[in-house]
Formats: sequence, C-alpha cells, structure tokens
Amino acid sequence: MSNLLTSSIGKKLVMSISGLFLITFLCVHLTINLFILFDSSGELFNLGAHFMTNPVIKIIEYVLFAGLIVHFTWATVLTIQNLRARPVGYAKSKQGENANWASRNMFIIGGVILIFLIIHLYNFWWNIKGFGELFGIGEPVSKVIIDGVEMHDTYALVAGLLRNSVCYCIIYIIGAIFLGLHLTHGFWSAFQSIGFSNDLWRKRLEVVAYLFAVIIALGFGIIPVSFLIGCA
Amino acid sequence: MADTILKELTLKVWRQKDRKSKGKFETYKVHNVSTGTSFLEMLDILNEQLVSEKQEPIAFDHDCREGICGMCSLFIDGRAHGPDRDVTTCQLHMRRFKDGATITIEPWRSGAFPVIKDLIVDRKAYEKILQAGGYVSVNTGGVPDANAIPIPNEKAEEAMDAAACIGCGACVATCKNGSAMLFVAAKVSQLALLPQGKVETARRAKAMVAKMDELGFGNCTNTGACQTECPKGISISHIARLNREYLLAKVKD
Repeated sequence: MSNLLTSSIGKKLVMSISGLFLITFLCVHLTINLFILFDSSGELFNLGAHFMTNPVIKIIEYVLFAGLIVHFTWATVLTIQNLRARPVGYAKSKQGENANWASRNMFIIGGVILIFLIIHLYNFWWNIKGFGELFGIGEPVSKVIIDGVEMHDTYALVAGLLRNSVCYCIIYIIGAIFLGLHLTHGFWSAFQSIGFSNDLWRKRLEVVAYLFAVIIALGFGIIPVSFLIGCA
Repeated sequence: MADTILKELTLKVWRQKDRKSKGKFETYKVHNVSTGTSFLEMLDILNEQLVSEKQEPIAFDHDCREGICGMCSLFIDGRAHGPDRDVTTCQLHMRRFKDGATITIEPWRSGAFPVIKDLIVDRKAYEKILQAGGYVSVNTGGVPDANAIPIPNEKAEEAMDAAACIGCGACVATCKNGSAMLFVAAKVSQLALLPQGKVETARRAKAMVAKMDELGFGNCTNTGACQTECPKGISISHIARLNREYLLAKVKD
C-alpha cells in the first residue's frame, strides 16, 4: 500500500471515492427537497428535514464535510500538478475538437459549485444550526410542532428565501445546472478511475451519467423555478 | 479527385536553436503546393527553399513516412498530427488545407518532452517508462513452439489493438494535463492480456506508473482527448485496465 495515495492513480482513486460518496448524499438531499413540491403546507418537508437531525445522520454530516474537503483538496493538488506538466503552452490549441467542455473544465465547474455551496450553507445550514442567532449574522429559524414533536420550520426558511428573492432563485438554478455539468463527466469518470470500465461499460456508464446529471439538475433546479413562477 | 495547386500558404513555425535557447514563431510563405503533397513533403519543399536562401532549414522528426514508426509529431493548427483522425503527420495531406491558409506548426508541449531543436522534442521519457517494466522477462533456452499456448481470440485482438501504439507522444501532446496514461495503459495492456505477460502484470503496472509519475507527466482526468487524437485509435478502456491492475497490485502489497 506504500505510496498508493501519492501516486497519480491513487490520487484519482481518492477523487473517485470521495466523488461517489458525495453523489450518494446528493440522492438523499434531492429526495427530501422534492417533498417541498408535493406538500405546500411544508409539513412533509419539515419532517424530512427533521429526520436529517437524527444522531446517525449527524455523524455522517462530519464525514460529508470531510469528503467535500478531500475532494476539493485533491482536485487542487491534481490541477496544480497538471498545469506544471506543461510549462510552455500551445499558441493554438483546439481542445474543443477532441474532448467536451465539461470534461476539460471540471476544476472551474467545481469551483463554481463550491462558491454556490458556501452561499447555500450560509442560507440554511448556518441558520438551522443556530449560528445566525448566535453571531447576529443571518436570521433565527422559527419552530413548528408536528405530531407533538417540536422541530425547525425549515420549509418557512426555504420558502421565505426563494419567494422573496429572484436573485437567490437564479443562484440556486445556476447551482443546479453546474452540479449537473460536473456530474456528466464526474459520474462515469469515477468508475473509469477505479478501473470499472471497458469499451462496453464506458458507453453504458456515460448514458447513466447523462441521465443522472439531468435528474439532479432538473430535480434541484425545479424547486427555485417553481418558487420563481409562483407554483410553490 | 485530381490534385490541385495551393498557390500560397502561410506557415507559422516554432523555431528554437537548442534545448536552452528561447524559441519564437517565424512566418514563412510556401507557393504552388500540390494537394497531393504530404504535410512533411510540404515542409521538405519549404526547407529546400530555406537552404537555397542560405537559411537554416526547419528541424522536424520523421522516418518511415508511412504511419508506423512513430517518429513524426507536430501540433498542427491546434491538433496533434493535424486535423485528420487516425493518421500520423506523415499521412496527412495538403488537400486538408485551403489555398491561402495560415497553418500554425508547434512541437509537442510537455515538461517531460523538452524541445531539442525547432519542432523536435526529446521523447526519451517514453523509453524510460518502457525500461521500467514494459517487457516480458524471458529466460534463455530453446525457442518455444509458436501457438503452443492457447489464447482466446478476443484477448489476442485486444492485445493487438493496444500493441498498435507507436509511441509517438500525441496522447501526451494533446492531453490538457500532459498525461501519459494512454501510452502506459497500451504498453501494460498489450502484455497483461497475454499469458506470457500476465505473470508480471502487477510488478509491471507499479513500476511503469511510478516511472511515469517521476518523470513529471500529468494526471489523467478522463477527458478522452488522447483516444480521439491517437493515430492508432487506442481506446481509453486500456486506461481503465491499467487503473484496475495498478490498484489491485497496490492493495495486495
């Protein structure tokens, strides 16, 4: 196992595993988000959000942050090394003719997602965790009682933000689109990096990657869109 | 289609005296080039012209000129081996260019492939990777009977597809990361798929990847640009096999 993680393929393995882990989180996140669309009273979504505060999930939350940090750190190291591998660039380069845009710009797309994530965490996570009240930056989250259990009115927080701000709606739509773009390449690429691919499976995985990317982008994007057009 | 004549071409060519000098682009005009001329023949015409003008001819790599030796290189108009698919520069013909066109010609750009002179780069890094493990250890003795070991046809075909690699360096040149993974993957695959080479697969994958990393090639991000530009159309599925063989070998350590 010596020097596995410092080798080029080892670093790609780290990107792949952390990426796939983040993908599983996205699936859970999207499922709960879609509760917003199916219940305009917000009860279903609040229950979903409350479920995400159980002790097991709280531990996974730390693992998730670690996963994000690892994914971003390794991506930065890889990108710096890759830039160094070509100290003198080409005067004329037509990269668009041999590889698609998303695959060539994963670091930039990832950077946009990171900026979005910081805004997103400040909007919701920061306030739900009570940091808003504590530091006086942000806003306190009201409480509701559903089936005799007191919990955060997360629905009011989300709906309040997206109903009152076209700007935030657009930020969330952009976030969803960039996430989709990242996944068009990231999803199948993760399997390629761990060696689970051949001529047949690469085609299959690419199709699944595009489908998954569209589901994620549409799924997350439809929520701000429906608030924007007043359907939610 | 009958050949026609390209009346004038403008060439922007990278000139560099030696490894240490700073290079720059020089612009040259070439007149009356037949569309049936190969790209390298067009450069020969330009060099004749330069020699007759008492100028230093442009240095570029070439050997067989039939697309199998892997010597020719050149980054032509932003593409490795020029605009055609599945061909080396020597097999590229001037019919792919329009009369009056400006063509930019650059050497491979990679930290691991330093420019020696003009358009010639030092590709010894590839030899070093091969020396690290791109072979089958054979003990001396009598000549073994050919075809004595049964090999499934599809394995043989796949190994041959990988063995088509001519080591030209187009994959490194075109990769946005300057990664040599397609080359290393082809060299690992061609042996790993066959019984004679399978025995040493783990050692080979580890040694060749370690050497590749040491020489300063970039990391693969699976853009697939290499397989598009590879004159032999080698698939990135071989990279998946290399990843698999390497990771398995490392886990077993």
